[in-house]
Amino acid sequence: MYDFNFQSASSIDDAAAKLSAASDGTVMAGGQTLIPVLKQRLANPSDVISLAGAGLSGITNNGDSVTIGATTTHAEVAGSSDVPAALRAVAEGIGDAQVRNRGTIGGSMANNDPAADYPAAALGLGATITTNQRDIAADDFFTGLFDTALNDGEIIKSVTFPNATKAAYAKFPSPASRFALVGVFVAQAADGVRVAVTGATDCAHRGPMLESALSANWSADALDGITIPTDHINADIHGSAEYRAHLVIVMAKRAVAAAG
Amino acid sequence: MATVSMTVNGQAVSGEVEGRTLLVQFLRENLNMTGTHVGCDTSQCGACVVHINGDSMKSCTMLALEAEGAQVTTIEGLAQGGEMHPMQQAFQDNHGLQCGFCTPGMVMSAIDLVAKNPNPDETTIREQLEGNICRCTGYHNIVKAVQQAAKTMGG
Repeated sequence: MYDFNFQSASSIDDAAAKLSAASDGTVMAGGQTLIPVLKQRLANPSDVISLAGAGLSGITNNGDSVTIGATTTHAEVAGSSDVPAALRAVAEGIGDAQVRNRGTIGGSMANNDPAADYPAAALGLGATITTNQRDIAADDFFTGLFDTALNDGEIIKSVTFPNATKAAYAKFPSPASRFALVGVFVAQAADGVRVAVTGATDCAHRGPMLESALSANWSADALDGITIPTDHINADIHGSAEYRAHLVIVMAKRAVAAAG
Repeated sequence: MATVSMTVNGQAVSGEVEGRTLLVQFLRENLNMTGTHVGCDTSQCGACVVHINGDSMKSCTMLALEAEGAQVTTIEGLAQGGEMHPMQQAFQDNHGLQCGFCTPGMVMSAIDLVAKNPNPDETTIREQLEGNICRCTGYHNIVKAVQQAAKTMGG
């Protein structure tokens, strides 16, 4: 790891000010991805600005939606009675117990790993990402491999998930990393059926073919006969594109069955 | 260099560290507390697990400066008055270790596990210890040790 100047932010505005003053700074929440990245010398920031003391942690449910502060850990989400069961299950399935005690929702969303779980939940529930500058719809947020709509200096404050009539997430985890080889989040949301797929392509995305099939008939059987084109599907030592494409349907069926 | 201060096993400590100094490096190299191990250094194996304000975390994936002001408990802080912690005793009673390299992290994770799941079944124990790898593959007796300790700690 290259050395850097470590700073603690006392608020989101303080973090933004420190970030803007740094020559090439980065913010850090739980560090469960950033620290491994730094160790591999894949990043060389001048400053690492910790959000841990910025007061961005906490969960509020107003009856119609739940808002989760950016530095709320996966363990806190998994253990909160204010969080809908489908979203708790997403958090409980991330990494391992120690990673869940430290990793955060804001960090996961901002990092946008192609196999991360939270992006699927955010797309599947039609979440809104609130930053220090604006509100961003999840549909507009995940723009590519480790890439998001966040501008330079823009920091996630919270993520708001609207209630859904039915929702569930099914994931085929890599046995080693617990990242999703493929994960599918399905929901009957206020604006209709939403299906979000993670692990299969460069980043989480919605599945229009699956959504139209499930809009017509909300049952696992409705997905029989759908073939996912393999053009943009990830292929690596863990699974071929054909295998992942097949898993998308299998996970979608499991999610629909789990959602009831 | 920056100064970091925290409480480790009840003792106030401080030291000079770089921004990039990991918590596990601070524990092992500044404080000479080598009970916390570095196995993989990639947050996979769990040999470095310590408690930060009561929660188990991987000290190889945390900066020392992130622990500023924290209450840190390491494997060295478990025994009280020469008596092993019930989890340590259970590992001994059930031969829950072979080479012993993973044991400090296993014990620290297992204590957090039992604190949050006072009566864990075997599946819960295995799932909650997913972040701890024993390359002797001695999981069977580790699970038995955690089951015993859960009873002792609960009673």
